[in-house]
Amino acid sequence: MADLLELTATEMTAALERRETTSRDLVAASLARMASLDGQVHAFLSTRSEAARKEAEAIDRRRLAGEKLGPLAGLPVAIKDNLCTSDGLPTTCASRMLEKFHAPYDANVVEKIRAADGVIVGKTNLDEFAMGSSTENSAFGPTHNPWNLDLVPGGSSGGSAAAVAARMAPLALGSDTGGSIRLPASLCGVVGLKPTYGRVSRYGLVAFASSLDQIGPFGRTVADVALMLQVIAGWDGRDSTSVNRPAPDYAAAVRSASAQGLRIGLPREFFAAGLDAEVERLVREAIAVYEKAGAKLVEVSLPHFAYAVETYYIVATAECSSNLARYDGVHYGHRTAEPSDLIEMMSRSRAEGFGPEVKRRIMLGTYVLSSGYYDAYYLKALKVRQLIKGDLDRAFAQVDCLMGPTSPTAAWPLGAKTADPLAMYLSDIYTVSANLATIPAVSVPCGFTAAGLPVGLQIMGDVFTEDRLLAAAAIIERERQDWQRRPGMLAGDGKAVQT
Amino acid sequence: MTDRTVKMIVGLEVHVQLKTRTKLFCGCQTSFGDEPNSHCCPVCLGLPGVLPVMNREAYRLSVMAALALHCTVAPHTKWDRKHYYYPDLPKNYQISQYDLPLGSDGYLEIETEAGRKKIRILRAHLEEDAGKLLHAEHGDYSEVDLNRTGTPLLEIVSQPDLATVEEVRAYCMSLRQIVTYLGVSEANMQMGHMRFEPNINLHITENGEKHATPIVELKNLNSFRAVERGVAYEERRQLAEWDETHSRMKAGTKTTRGFNDSTGETFVQREKEEANDYRYFPEPDLVVVEPKPEWIDELQRGLPELPLEKKNRFVTAYGLSEYDAGVLTATIEMARYFERVAELSAAPKPAANWVTQGLTREINTRGLSIESAADFPVTAERLAELVKAVEQGTISKTIGDTVLSEMIDGKNSAAEIIAAKGLAQVSDTAALERMVDEALAANPGPVADYRAGKKQALGRLMGAIMKASGGKANPKVVSGILEQKLHQ
Ligand SMILES: [Zn+2]
Repeated sequence: MADLLELTATEMTAALERRETTSRDLVAASLARMASLDGQVHAFLSTRSEAARKEAEAIDRRRLAGEKLGPLAGLPVAIKDNLCTSDGLPTTCASRMLEKFHAPYDANVVEKIRAADGVIVGKTNLDEFAMGSSTENSAFGPTHNPWNLDLVPGGSSGGSAAAVAARMAPLALGSDTGGSIRLPASLCGVVGLKPTYGRVSRYGLVAFASSLDQIGPFGRTVADVALMLQVIAGWDGRDSTSVNRPAPDYAAAVRSASAQGLRIGLPREFFAAGLDAEVERLVREAIAVYEKAGAKLVEVSLPHFAYAVETYYIVATAECSSNLARYDGVHYGHRTAEPSDLIEMMSRSRAEGFGPEVKRRIMLGTYVLSSGYYDAYYLKALKVRQLIKGDLDRAFAQVDCLMGPTSPTAAWPLGAKTADPLAMYLSDIYTVSANLATIPAVSVPCGFTAAGLPVGLQIMGDVFTEDRLLAAAAIIERERQDWQRRPGMLAGDGKAVQT
Repeated sequence: MTDRTVKMIVGLEVHVQLKTRTKLFCGCQTSFGDEPNSHCCPVCLGLPGVLPVMNREAYRLSVMAALALHCTVAPHTKWDRKHYYYPDLPKNYQISQYDLPLGSDGYLEIETEAGRKKIRILRAHLEEDAGKLLHAEHGDYSEVDLNRTGTPLLEIVSQPDLATVEEVRAYCMSLRQIVTYLGVSEANMQMGHMRFEPNINLHITENGEKHATPIVELKNLNSFRAVERGVAYEERRQLAEWDETHSRMKAGTKTTRGFNDSTGETFVQREKEEANDYRYFPEPDLVVVEPKPEWIDELQRGLPELPLEKKNRFVTAYGLSEYDAGVLTATIEMARYFERVAELSAAPKPAANWVTQGLTREINTRGLSIESAADFPVTAERLAELVKAVEQGTISKTIGDTVLSEMIDGKNSAAEIIAAKGLAQVSDTAALERMVDEALAANPGPVADYRAGKKQALGRLMGAIMKASGGKANPKVVSGILEQKLHQ
């Protein structure tokens, strides 16, 4: 076997079951890859090496003893650093505010990964409190795109996407509030899924915008994402918004994928001004693959699409201003030195603890909730949110899924948009609707630009149709096999971990 | 002096702590007086990433209270966040209910000397309590105790229908009576289970012109007495202020004042209502609550008899006086106790007298409480036995008092005490005849008086016989024999 880390999670599991490798070796390879490359990529904010090694060895022993193991048995898993972990790693949200915060409890998804015998190898970088589209808003420095280190990985789950793209871990978790899984998946050439709101418990996900946040998986292949989704999906009594509804067999859906008779909606608005020509070409080529395979293409319209970004930024910032009110230096988190009184303690702790984008959103959100502005902004945004959902409901009455680009462009240079928040916000133009409408959406690689940068195809479906979305995504994956292509930076590194 | 009338207008906001085992949004135990921060978890500490889950019991108790207050129970209610920065509020927002309270448009019927009156209830909603700030004895800092954080509070807001201090008192007391009758709150005033915030102003008519004085909200009163005194003080103060400044109410504004228990005066807390913008918005972490109509009906049917209904029934069914019925329905424990005694003794009226008089006297002198079974040795069964003994003539009323006193101090039943001390009345005719004969022989004067037509002399003879018998002679039997012998 050449490079263990070239295996997908599904392949690793098969190799482990055939005793061709061990969890100890997989985790060691993962940690070695992080050690050799993460200085350049900066996908991780913290790593667990000793603990991860021990867990891997314990799983190997259990395997030898013939014990029944969980579906992630022995697989290295990376998780976004806005998911609470109580095992010694801090939960920083890439913020000075929580730099030293150690959660006393595990997020629901972390419990599930452990119960499934996954081995958490580290926590990944993100835009501070998941607010951003490039992972440049991290208080601890940006993540670089493994396909080109001068470019952004997308955000906010850029660390998780880059970790999977650079084969540091076969699986990762992110969170998606307006595209924070799908955008970096697209820009890093991996598969990323935002599940239906309520499909995965948010308990232990540090909230950015509660009505939009959803945890989801990254993997190099659709099958890997299906594997991870199966583990994390499900009802949780600690999250009132999680939905008590059995999860279908996602892997089975992926295996039986067929485009025959699939009705694919193409939103007219997704192929309009602002979409990069090369991205458009790749996305259209991908759609043609579906048509050739027997799918029926239907042009649809989402009349309120034009308001989605504005609506999103009002709803998201309003909730963010409330969710982040708790960080005041009183009970935990950063506290300013020597405050003269309570008000100063709170305001200076916040001024010092939060970065500029977080402050911008808190102020925007505070404004839209203020008396006298609530109706004009927040309430109106809620109404438009319903209209956007209505557009999508109508579309799904006609078609099985919608397809279009995930991002208007491929990855852009670090620093290119940091001075222009509005330009940055427009990176989410195709992704925010799914969050507003609570529907699932997946980004799956659909080719590379001339410059060798990955492009993602976004597939959106009605609520709780993750199985169908993953099946649809598997079709283009099977056709293109993009997951086998390696970022250039791995060219020399693979040898180091050959066995 | 001009010709004027002054009318006080009071509305009340009352926070009632619900009797739930756990907090409103997490599994922590509700507590009082425990080690600071010993009943906390990530959820009530407001740690990053936690989510609230509604305590269904708190909601059920709230709906019961809303129904008892004749409110409409909202078919669709939701939660809202109320934002303000304070160190005892870990999330810096309180989860409350803003525009869709769980109950609205009800009333509470109160009773004063002036009669009965319906006070309209504007709304009833659930919210979480904050923690407590303790100012450190040494050093310029405060300490935070979050044990109370997240404790469920039912806020009941009345319309400004209260016009006198008496009505305010009656409202507060009858609200407490109702929530304890329902069992939705322990309503322990010492533990701060009820907190009152009256809104007060005056409507003054002078020479046919009507004026309203600025509205004052008194904050955080936690006893009936504080409410009474605070409202009474405000009534006087606002009138004096009117005479001095003639300042009038401005729409949408109110001044917040505190009440000083030792001086009995109110004082300004916030002169002008600060631009308090709580930025309410729907709590996205909780789902809307849509109670099934059948569930509400079931609760409605299961509501216990409320204090005024019970009082009415005691008057009509048992023939008690309004006063006695009021005393016996003051607390649910008292009412239950009385009814049990009435039922077991099959003598409701005497039972009422025993409970309101003898028993109450004995309890008061000993500092016992009928509300607490542990503190109170005379069960209804035991008192009923005593009532029966008196009613059946086994012992006299006077002996009964002695027996009751011994029952409270010891463990013996009425029958045991009567038997042990030989207190049973003597109804044996032969023995009594002997006593009567002896009395007639020893008291020739009264006998002569009686025979001469002075009927009141009979009392003196009776007294002499009772005294001679140690109170044990059955007075009915004695008076029969006595009259018979006197007429011989
Ligand atoms: Zn708690």
